[in-house]
Amino acid sequence: MHKVEKKIIWKEYQKEIPDDHYFFVRSCIRQNFFPGSETFFLNLLRKHLGKDIFEDPRHTTCTGIGYHTDVVPFETIMTVVARHFALMTEAGYEHMVISCVTSFGIYAEILETWKHFPKIEEKVRKDLKIATGREFNIPQTITHCSDIIYKFRNEISSIKEFSLINQFNDKPLNVVEHIGCHYSKMFPAYGVGGAEFPQVLSGMIKAWGGHVLDYPERRHCCGFGFRQYIVQANRGYSVANTKKKFESMEPFKPDLILCNCPGCTMFMDKWQYTIAEMEGKTYGKEKIGIPVLTYEELTGLLLGYNPWDLGLQMHQVQVELLLDKMGIQYDEFTKYKSKDGEDIGQPNIPDLLSIPAYSNCKI
Amino acid sequence: MPTLFEQLSEDIRFVEGLKSCMNCGICTAICPAAEFYNYDPRILIDTVQSRDEEKLQALLRSETIWYCGQCMSCKTRCPRGNVPGLIIMALRYLSQKLGCFTDSEKGRQQFAIKRTVGDNILKYGYCIYPDNIIPEMHPEQGPVWEWIHQHLPEIYDRFEGNYKKEGPGVFRKLSEETLDELQKIFDQTGGQHLYDCIETFSKQKAQEMNIQFGEGIENDYFKHTYSYNSGKHHRDA
Repeated sequence: MHKVEKKIIWKEYQKEIPDDHYFFVRSCIRQNFFPGSETFFLNLLRKHLGKDIFEDPRHTTCTGIGYHTDVVPFETIMTVVARHFALMTEAGYEHMVISCVTSFGIYAEILETWKHFPKIEEKVRKDLKIATGREFNIPQTITHCSDIIYKFRNEISSIKEFSLINQFNDKPLNVVEHIGCHYSKMFPAYGVGGAEFPQVLSGMIKAWGGHVLDYPERRHCCGFGFRQYIVQANRGYSVANTKKKFESMEPFKPDLILCNCPGCTMFMDKWQYTIAEMEGKTYGKEKIGIPVLTYEELTGLLLGYNPWDLGLQMHQVQVELLLDKMGIQYDEFTKYKSKDGEDIGQPNIPDLLSIPAYSNCKI
Repeated sequence: MPTLFEQLSEDIRFVEGLKSCMNCGICTAICPAAEFYNYDPRILIDTVQSRDEEKLQALLRSETIWYCGQCMSCKTRCPRGNVPGLIIMALRYLSQKLGCFTDSEKGRQQFAIKRTVGDNILKYGYCIYPDNIIPEMHPEQGPVWEWIHQHLPEIYDRFEGNYKKEGPGVFRKLSEETLDELQKIFDQTGGQHLYDCIETFSKQKAQEMNIQFGEGIENDYFKHTYSYNSGKHHRDA
């Protein structure tokens, strides 16, 4: 097949990712569990890549978890998102950068709805004006934070200090990537590679020296299920679906799970603890679990950031073995300290999924 | 009085989600909920497209419509462009507006969601708020979260957070003006009305079930809707 024909075929899987001048909106889940990721993302763009990214403190939750647990109507979430568009417009920006896959899916759903049903957009504009007095322009692009890192993956590669190479055998590390259902299953055109060939994480992994693992349940949901986790009585749904993924990936010996979506990152991490407590079952070669990272945490590690300044101590599955494999030095003494080095205690150590007693992995 | 099908058709998600199902079952094959619960999106869509009012009434009062996890994998795979996940959202919305949701164990859980996620949104401007992720309610979060929860200001500070302070950053305090705008959006667009429906019908149900009802989460009806599981939701149950 000619190169030109190939380009035409693959065109629908390409995504326009803006080069600069971003309006940033945060994720509720990431602020809770991975605050270092959002902080690093802003630092990466401003300090390392020299980009302009703006955060208006008046932006709120998009109400996405409320929407997908069915306590927030579609009309309401559309108007809350329209308010974010208004803040973007008032600040003079045109490119929304979204820190959450749930939000990202909702933004896509809203823009697609307005495209096909202009009267709904008209109604939202009226509602927003009545409620807040604000008006808005539709953004030129909506981009997930990972899209930006994907776009600049080669630039990052050129300045990184570490790679996804196992220091003990010089082989690429085995990386599972988990995109998150709402990134491109609903509106494929909004994701890099669409629903069938999502490249956003695998592109980073390949650029940084790792080996992308394929496994049978690669595209299965992490199990969040919104109401199936938020309500305690339903959590069996959530943990069972995540377990299905772990069982499927385990034979392929992953060194790391790289996640795109805030919820997925949290569930892949925390359910390993829960499964260990419930069934005594642990995953990973050393039986201490498979480390789960956000794409920012991985990027920060590659650039030589202190793992504890990125927030890796906030994960339940401990990361030391992975750091050893990557050849990254770390100071256990400062792991659980405050910003000023004060002692603020440390978490209890579970019977399983504990921290390895040594820090010089020979795997 | 419009029929139930007509009321559902007023929801754009229902219009977009229901094209013409040919019963191929791909949605069921891909569905995480169908694997876990006694749930079959193919049958659900078949029921909806029958337009049988009695069956629709039964659906709105059923456990069935509360099993979907809205992963939306069905949207990617349906060869005819149907989206069972969107139809579920329209059914749940109508079930809550009409008060049908309190007739099912899983439907009654909407009260627990409203009192947690729903109230967080208007009180703090966040869906999930760290002060309210109480370790006793979230044992699955493990000892690391327990430690974080005990030291929220110090830990968010380590990552350049802005916990409960003005200005940008992680867990900044949203101003009264901002929260007021959020409330006005809810008032204008039906968000507050839906909250009120959930509260009103839940209070009625609590009285009917003789379970203590009160403010916040320190009441028996909240605890019941948050944690009770009859164990009758699986295929082999």
